Amino acid sequence: MLSPLAFIPAFPLLGFAILFVTAGLLPKRCITTIGVGSVGIAAILALIVMVAFLGAPKPYTEVVWTWIAVSGLTPHVGFYLDALSGLMMLVVAFVSFLIHLYSAEFMSTDEGYSRYFAYMNLFVASMLVLVLADNLLFLYLGWEGVGLCSYLLIGFWYRDPANGLAARKAFVVTRVGDTAMAIGLFVLFTNLGTLDIQPLMQHAVAHWPVGSTLPIVAAALLLGGALGKSAQLPLQTWLPDAMAGPTPVSALIHAATMVTAGVYLIARMHVLYGLAPPVQTAVAVIGALTLLLAGFSALNQTDLKRILAYSTISQIGYMFLALGVGAWSAAIFHFMTHAFFKALLFLSAGVVVQRLGEEHDIFKMGGLRGRLPLAFWTFLIGSISLAALPLIDAGFYSKDLILWEAWSDGTLGPWLWAAGLIGALLTAIYIFRAVFVVFFGPLKLEPTGLTGLRIAIPLVVLSILALVAGFVEIPPYLGNVPAFSQFMQSSLPAPPAPVSAGSILELMLSASAAVVAVLGVGIAYIAFRRRPAFLEALVRSPACLALQHFWETGWGLDWLYDRAVVRPFLWVARIDQGDVIDRFYSGLASLSQAAYRQLSESETGRVRRYATGITAGSIVLIAILVFA
Amino acid sequence: MSVVLMQHALLLAMVLFALGTIGVLMRRNLIVMLMSIEIMLNAAGLAFIAAGSRWGQADGQVMFILILALAAAEVAVGLALILRLYQRLGTLDADAANQMRG
Repeated sequence: MLSPLAFIPAFPLLGFAILFVTAGLLPKRCITTIGVGSVGIAAILALIVMVAFLGAPKPYTEVVWTWIAVSGLTPHVGFYLDALSGLMMLVVAFVSFLIHLYSAEFMSTDEGYSRYFAYMNLFVASMLVLVLADNLLFLYLGWEGVGLCSYLLIGFWYRDPANGLAARKAFVVTRVGDTAMAIGLFVLFTNLGTLDIQPLMQHAVAHWPVGSTLPIVAAALLLGGALGKSAQLPLQTWLPDAMAGPTPVSALIHAATMVTAGVYLIARMHVLYGLAPPVQTAVAVIGALTLLLAGFSALNQTDLKRILAYSTISQIGYMFLALGVGAWSAAIFHFMTHAFFKALLFLSAGVVVQRLGEEHDIFKMGGLRGRLPLAFWTFLIGSISLAALPLIDAGFYSKDLILWEAWSDGTLGPWLWAAGLIGALLTAIYIFRAVFVVFFGPLKLEPTGLTGLRIAIPLVVLSILALVAGFVEIPPYLGNVPAFSQFMQSSLPAPPAPVSAGSILELMLSASAAVVAVLGVGIAYIAFRRRPAFLEALVRSPACLALQHFWETGWGLDWLYDRAVVRPFLWVARIDQGDVIDRFYSGLASLSQAAYRQLSESETGRVRRYATGITAGSIVLIAILVFA
Repeated sequence: MSVVLMQHALLLAMVLFALGTIGVLMRRNLIVMLMSIEIMLNAAGLAFIAAGSRWGQADGQVMFILILALAAAEVAVGLALILRLYQRLGTLDADAANQMRG
């Protein structure tokens, strides 16, 4: 008897199969029912499974069948449920369902309606496979499935070559990380003889001493994969371009699927990272650098969706920072709150963009507060949560936890904390810059059309979650509700005991984070609402303009990669068009062409000549039979 | 049937077959080519009859009846093809029907 666990990814996969095979021939109502319903069923099943798991919190594995069995490698199609994978599964399924519901209306006039839902369903199925897989090979299947779907969906409007280019960029850049991850899997398998995650972790602890070479190599290679998927330094360049897809796709990529895969992978393999302290430190440093870099870039974007894209990179940076200091459950906590408020921000931004006729530039918007009240309030709630304004929203509790545990981490701690704090200031400034520019001031573009119920419901539900989801983990000085970290403790170890838990210090650090967030909002208010003239005067100086351009283009990394990797590669490809191998194959081709020409000469069309051929052949054959 | 008589019969069959083959290969008239094929078929049939008679077996005659049926079918199809070719090309020259050369 199979438990419902195995069916959770199966339903979206079935939805994909039906929509893919019928290729848009079904009536629209049918497509909506299948596309949204399959993910809805998955969400309901995930809820049932999690309620059962909360009743009896014991991790279990559900093996459906053996996938491959060759000389020692026997990965199963198996699903593993513990607190970590269960929470991920629930958030992924639930947020995906809301995004699907939103898409049903958002995409309703698109000609690729069926194709869209087919890809989205496959996306969700892949992500669920990724989080639930009990072995790394099956996880890798989901991992690649997610990559494929992101390619398909970023390039969804394929008639514009720029979209295809963005899709290819996303695919190729994440592929760099995926290759590292595949090699990491080989290292793990050849040295530990299994890919099943739980035995693998036990073997790793048993065979590898802390800080030895092999765990460092394996952890670093897996980190490469995580950096690619989660868009962290130095592989983050694909994410801002990934905005080429439809807005709900961005919401799905940023909130529920894809970019959080790297965070999940590291949390899942936390034992391995515990054996490789240098790599873990690298995770924290990369996270801190990324969150700063992306924060500065977000500050200078004019495209509403690109602001949110850089904000995602920055927030994932927080998660990596948390992972790097061993604050596993804080990272997953931030993943959860981020999933809610980032999905909310993207979906309400989608409403704004669509109602203004695909206008992305925030400086062409303005004064939309009264015209789009739903989008305004939901975007505001998302922004409050993203900026982590104190006490009232989910983002505050998760970010606060990360900052506190970063501070408590050894020698590097205060530096990481400072980076996080500056990041928090940047976050508040850039998101409220968007809020003030888009929703306040004079009206510049008149919105058209209407927003229906299927868009409103996901927005409202996500708004509520973005406000209250943080109350499952409240720090000691505010009432001490550690429900979330206690729940996570069964699969993720608690962070190393903080220097002075629950002390005045923690309260002060929290207070400074809160002050910084409020300060950020204040700066944004003064600079973009109260005194825009002052800022304009400031940025008119050439140094400022250069810096602004530098930040806007993502610290010139695109430029650097173009010069350092893409162009040399194209150059080599161009000058190497006629090398030995190519010559051999083109020689083969021209040889067969010449032979074809020679043989076709004999086809004269004269029946007597053919008859002569047959006769001669028969004579030779009979001669061989008789005389041989 | 004696061995000598069979040898004569086989010799005749061989000569007939060779004549038929030469006719098919040399002549350009489609009707004559068809007739030459008939001669080849009958030469083969004669060889069967001679062999069947030599060993007192009915198989040779069975094979000949089979060849007759084959020849009838061949003539039916062949004449129909020739008729169509003649309507199309206005001649019975086999070499004129070379439009499908490579």
